[in-house]
Order: sequence, then structure tokens, then C-alpha cells
Amino acid sequence: MTDQHIGGADDHGALDITKVSADAPQMQPLARNPESMERWIALLFIVGMVCFVGFIVAYWQNLAYWTYGAFLGGGMAALGVGLVAWGKYLMPRGPFVEDRHPLASSADERSALAAALVERGGGTVKRRKVLGALLGGGLGLSGLAILVPFVRSLGPLPGDTLAQTDWKAGLHLVDINGRRIHRDDLALNGALTVYPEGFEHTDNGTAVDQTMLIALPQGQNMPRPGRAGWTVDGTYTGVTLIAYSKLCTHLGCPVGLYETKLQALVCPCHQSMFNVLDGAEPTFGPAPRPLPQLPIATDAEGYLIAQAGYDQPVGPGYWERP
Amino acid sequence: MTAARTRRQQKAVAGPYGKVGQAVNELDDRLGIAKGGRSFLDKIFPDHWSFMLGEIALYSFVVLLLTGVFLTLYFVPSQGLVQIPKNFTYRPLRGQWVSQAFYSTVNMSFNVRCGLLMRQMHHWACDIFVGSIVVHMARVFFTGAFRKPRETNWLIGGTLLILAITNGFLGYSLPDDLVSGTGIRIADSIMLSIPVVGSYISFFVFGGNFPGDIVISRFYTLHVLLIPAIIVGLVTFHLILLVRQKHTQFPGKGRTETNVVGSPMFPVFMAKTQGFLFITIALTAALGAFVQINPIWQFGPYTNISDISYAVQPDWYMGFLDGLLRIFPAWEWNAWGHTIPLEVFIPAVVFPGIVFNIALLWPWIDRKFIAKDHDLHNLLDRPRDVPRRTAFGAAFFALLAILFIASSTDVLANFFHISLNTVLWAMRVLTIAVPLITYPVAYAICVEMQSGGSLIGKRKTANVVMRTAEGGYVSVAAPYRAEDQHHELDATPVPTFIEGDEPAVDELAAATPGVRTVER
Repeated sequence: MTDQHIGGADDHGALDITKVSADAPQMQPLARNPESMERWIALLFIVGMVCFVGFIVAYWQNLAYWTYGAFLGGGMAALGVGLVAWGKYLMPRGPFVEDRHPLASSADERSALAAALVERGGGTVKRRKVLGALLGGGLGLSGLAILVPFVRSLGPLPGDTLAQTDWKAGLHLVDINGRRIHRDDLALNGALTVYPEGFEHTDNGTAVDQTMLIALPQGQNMPRPGRAGWTVDGTYTGVTLIAYSKLCTHLGCPVGLYETKLQALVCPCHQSMFNVLDGAEPTFGPAPRPLPQLPIATDAEGYLIAQAGYDQPVGPGYWERP
Repeated sequence: MTAARTRRQQKAVAGPYGKVGQAVNELDDRLGIAKGGRSFLDKIFPDHWSFMLGEIALYSFVVLLLTGVFLTLYFVPSQGLVQIPKNFTYRPLRGQWVSQAFYSTVNMSFNVRCGLLMRQMHHWACDIFVGSIVVHMARVFFTGAFRKPRETNWLIGGTLLILAITNGFLGYSLPDDLVSGTGIRIADSIMLSIPVVGSYISFFVFGGNFPGDIVISRFYTLHVLLIPAIIVGLVTFHLILLVRQKHTQFPGKGRTETNVVGSPMFPVFMAKTQGFLFITIALTAALGAFVQINPIWQFGPYTNISDISYAVQPDWYMGFLDGLLRIFPAWEWNAWGHTIPLEVFIPAVVFPGIVFNIALLWPWIDRKFIAKDHDLHNLLDRPRDVPRRTAFGAAFFALLAILFIASSTDVLANFFHISLNTVLWAMRVLTIAVPLITYPVAYAICVEMQSGGSLIGKRKTANVVMRTAEGGYVSVAAPYRAEDQHHELDATPVPTFIEGDEPAVDELAAATPGVRTVER
């Protein structure tokens, strides 16, 4: 070996470092032809510099956005590959070795630390138990006091607002533009998202009150017990209009797809399906409950109104939901 | 020790190292850098391709910070409505009422030079960041690098993964587009599903009923300040521990539990890793330039919350949660005036809780059930040598992979023209079956590889069939060609002091073989 250990008499003093000879095989580059490798790397660095200039020119000239990325990426790639190649092929090939110095301290050091903790700290607290307990209580309460505003100020308490919508008896059904819906507005298999009048542009209106109005062929709906008069028939369109909450009972996505062949409302998020003819009973997917139904009627001119609000909370389940 | 006062005396002390020596002296007088600085530059990094996976994570995080700062200069974290100007660059959005968050994001994409590039680089870097953390963790898992003394660093790494996923989701939500808005709505419903406190959590996050008018600005503060600060702190601690505990290494020639074999920090590792930083930036820049990601102007704004889009998938790292939500049965629990939406709570809260707890606690699970030792380990396991751990890891990833696929049930059904019902039930069966099959198969492969001797993983050589004088045939494996064999030199100590001059090039070529020994 060409290595030589330094014993302390040398100019490097007492350092326990081994000298490595410059002609040791580990100090040589890995490349078979270092000169040609050097030329390749030089070329890459030049390409990198050209790309960065190109980037600035592209920016200055306001070229297409992808030219920025191409120049930036090209420059970085050239520089990066060149640098990695320099490190891998031209720098000392190694391998080199160093010792791991054990992390653990000596037994004496350990017991000294433990003693400092137990005898100095523990002794103090043990002798003043009451003070220790009071300080602990004070620190705990200070943490709690700091935490309280960070939690409680975040928002109001839910109360029963999750169970409420803006739907009330007599409110007209309107579309997103506030236009009232006439009993003959929807053709067969038509579907429309409706809101309580006055709430179509509110956050709560679009988030919670959103309701699907669907035009079914007359005579096909199978009303649930107690829901006999909850639909409206068109006068000459041959349809039965039925309204269900648009909020999926799984995760609250709008149940926006109406499959006319299946007569099912489909949730695009997780593919729950609700049978519109059968009280919006879920027939497929992860939704656990039927969509709540909105009882509708008409005013004197034939425009649709709500007979009442929803008889149950809309949307996904939560702890307080009865 | 050194009482040097004048410039000349300082120079004399600096010895043969000139200005650098003098600078070191000046700094060391004040900061005491010599010893620590030298041992830092001498630090040995083992060479193995799998050790750079963590570097990808680190460098994609650097890209995230740089591009993220750029984005904050243009993004407006507000849900206040503005009307898009009638002469806006992107015609379909002209005149629409959208939130300022949406408008500022679209505006920076179209009207700020480099804006779209930075946005797309940021999104791609995020996907790469989370991905490289997962792959890096898999490497650490399968090679047993998490064992004593490195349990703390495993915990920090696992926490970083959770933070990265969280911050990815928050950032994805900021533009307030239709798809991310739907994601927030789903997140709200998941919060609501938590028994007893769910509605309170939801109200405290949204400042009232969903959607409220404050959630984007809250997410913004979390996304650009709080969570990045924690990530930077933990990454720093992760690296300090890495330096202090030194890197693990695979067993091999001259490698023991008490040494490290590889390249020194300065200059070899520094050159390679700096180059790798540039390559990571280059990759994200190329993706940002040529591969479109999250074109929110096509999705539209989330102004009308009853709007919904079709074929919506979350970013990839949330896919396994979405998949399980899709295939989990509709088991809502309802009694005594209360509801627990188990069909949401189990897949979206309990399941990830179990997954991340198993991951975080793995060093202790492994010690109790698999490795059963309490020794310090600096040499890595080959995955085949610990078949139970490897098989468990394989089954674990198989489960997550199936759930990830399940997040595309609708796309699969459409693409293959099969019924959604079939896809759903297939995914339910596969979710249970695939991990159960993966475990024994992976185990058997490990055992077989163990007994396969030294040929596994080696290049195959030709079989030479020869006819004997008696007319029979024998088949003999041809020897390795010399250039196919990698000859590693003996490791030499860290070259702090180098003796003699560098040999001339022609001398060099004669004295040292190239990357492979070629003898023909």
C-alpha cells in the first residue's frame, strides 16, 4: 500500500490522519480516457451556459412559455449531468473509508448525566414537592390558556344549523338565474338544479339548498308512504315533477348526473346511484341513505313552490344527525 | 496557542495553504471551525443508487420553496368575488364571476411571464416530492435502515410524509377551482363523519357552515407558512441526525459495522449531489414546460357550489383514500338519536390512521416480531434475507396500489366498457385478495433467492455445449467476460493530506484500469 500513517512527529502534529499518496489507484479518475471525458463535460457546461442565456433571451422577447422551461430545464440538465460526470469520472474514484465513532459516551459520562438530572434536578423538586406540583399546574394551565383562543375563536358552534336549509313552505323554486319554474317548463327526462327564491346566489343556497328537479314519465313514480301529494304533474307535458336534495348522502357532492335510462341520479364523485322512482333509494355505491325529498306544489299561476322544507337533514351523515 | 498578531505573523501561521489557510485561521480564531469543518468535509457517503432517493425529496422540496415564493407574489388568497375583465386573455372565462383566488391563479398562468411555468413546476415538484418520500421510505424499510440507532429519523421521515401529503392537499385547494372545491367539500364531509366532535372540527376549520368565506385564506396561511416551517425544521433535524449517525451501507468488501466506505463529502459527493440538484430542477422544469398539470381554467371556478364535474380524481397521493371511499360498503350506524357514518369514518379516518401508525411505529413492531434484536445496525439487510419484513412490505404496498387503482373505478368502467358494478366488486375482492396473495408469494421469492446462491442478480453467461470424444454432450457455463466484472479496489483512508503530485495522464492510463477491467 502507498498509505503511510502519521505518528505525531510529522508536521501534522498529533492528528491521527493517514496520508494518501496522489498516485494511489483510489486517487485516480474512473474514466478510461480522462481527457475526452473532460472535453465532454466542458461541452455540457458550455451548453448549459448557452441555455441560460437562451432563457433570458426568451424571457426578454416574451416567447411561448414552454421555451422558458425548455431553456431552464436544458441548462440545468447540462450543468447537472456535467457536474455529476465530473464527480463520478474525474474525481478520485475511491473507495475511501472512515471509522464510525461510537455515539455512546463512556459509562462514567452517562452516569454523570443521570446523576445531574436525578441528584441536582430531582433532589430540588423532591425537596419542594408542593412548588414542583404548582409549577407543573401553572405551566399546564398556561398552555391551555394559550390554546383556548386558537381553537375556540376559529368559528361558531354548529348548533343545529347542519340540519337546516333555507327551504320553507311557499317559497318558489328558481334556477341559478332566479327564474321561477313553471309546471310545464320541463320536458320528459329533463333535470334542473333549483334553489329557494332569494337564495340562489348565496353560499348556503348553492351549498345546502341545491335541489334536483326531475321530469319523470307520469304514473311511474312509486311514492313512499306519506309522500303521496309531494309531486306536481305537468298540465300537458305528460311528466311528473319530483324534487330531491342534490347533496349526496355519502360525502356531500352534488348528485349532478341524471341517467335517464336507469332513471337514477348518479354522484360523479364516488358513483353512488339513487333510484328516482323509488324515493331516491341508493341502489349502488357507498351512499347509505336515500336523498331527502322536497314536497312541491304550484302557486295559482302554475309556478312551483315548496309545500314545506326538508323533513330531515340533507347531505352526509354526522354525529348529531338523528 | 497562536499569539500571532501582525499580518505577517498570521501569514506565517497559515503555512503552505496561502490565502485559504489564512482565512481558516481567521475564522477558527473566532468560530472554532477547523476541527468540525474538516471532519465535515471528510465525511464519507456510501455510493449506492438507492441512497439518492432521499436527495430527490430534498431537492424537489427546494424547487417547491423557490417556485412557491414566486407564486405567493401573484396569488390572492381570497374568496371575494370579482368579475373577469371583458378583454381577458382566455375567452371562455370573460365576464364570469369568480373568486379572487381563482382569478389570480388564472391570471398568473396567462398574463405573468413564467407564471404558468412556475405553477406547473410547483405542482409537478409536489407530486415528485411526495413520491420520492414514499420510495425513499420503501428503500429504508426493505433494507432495515430504520433499525437502532435510526428510529428517530424514521419517525421524522414518516411525519414529513404526512406533512407533505397534507400540504399538497392544501395547496391543491388554493386555486378555488371546481375540482379542488369539490375536494374541500369531501374533506368537510370527512370531518363531519368523526363521532362526537366532527361538526365542531368542521365549523372551526371553515369558520362556520361550509363553505364560508375564510377557508382559502386559512389554507393559504397553513400552506405557505406553518407547514413549510415545520417541514424545514424537521428536514434540518433529519439531516443533522444523518450526519451525526452517519449513513448506513450495504455489506460488501471491506465494509463493517464500524466503518463507512464511499466517497468523501468534498469534493466528490458535493459535485455529484449538486449536479443532482440541477438534474431535479431540470426534470421539474421540463415537466412544467411540456406536460400540462391542473389546467384550472378548463375546470372552471367554484362560484356555484352546486356545480360538479365528471371523472374527478384527486392528486395521486390521495388516491388510496378516494379508492377505499368508493369501494367501502354503505354501513351507516344510526341509533339513540345519533349517526356515525361508518362508510366515511372507517375508510377516510380510521384506515389512514392505521396505515400511518403502522408505518411510524414500524421500528418497534419490527423489533418485537421480526428482527427481535436490540443491537446497533449500520450494515443494511438485503430484502431477501428478512423475508417476513419484505413480504409484509410487499403486501402493504400491494394493498395501497389496489386502493389507488380503485380511485378510478368510473374511468376503468368507461375505458373497458364494463359495468361499474363489476368494477366495484372486482376491486372489493382484489383489495382483500391481492395483499393476501402477495405476502406468501413475496415470501417464497425471498426464500428462493436466498438459496439461489451468488448467481441471482448477476449477469447470465452463455452455456457452451460441447461434444465429447465419446459422442456425448456436455453443457458448460461460459466464464464471465472480464469486462462484465466490476472490480472494486480496497478502500483507502479519507484523503485529507495528499502526498506527491498528480501523475501525468499517460502514466495514469498505464497504471490504473478504467471502470471495468478489460483483459482480452
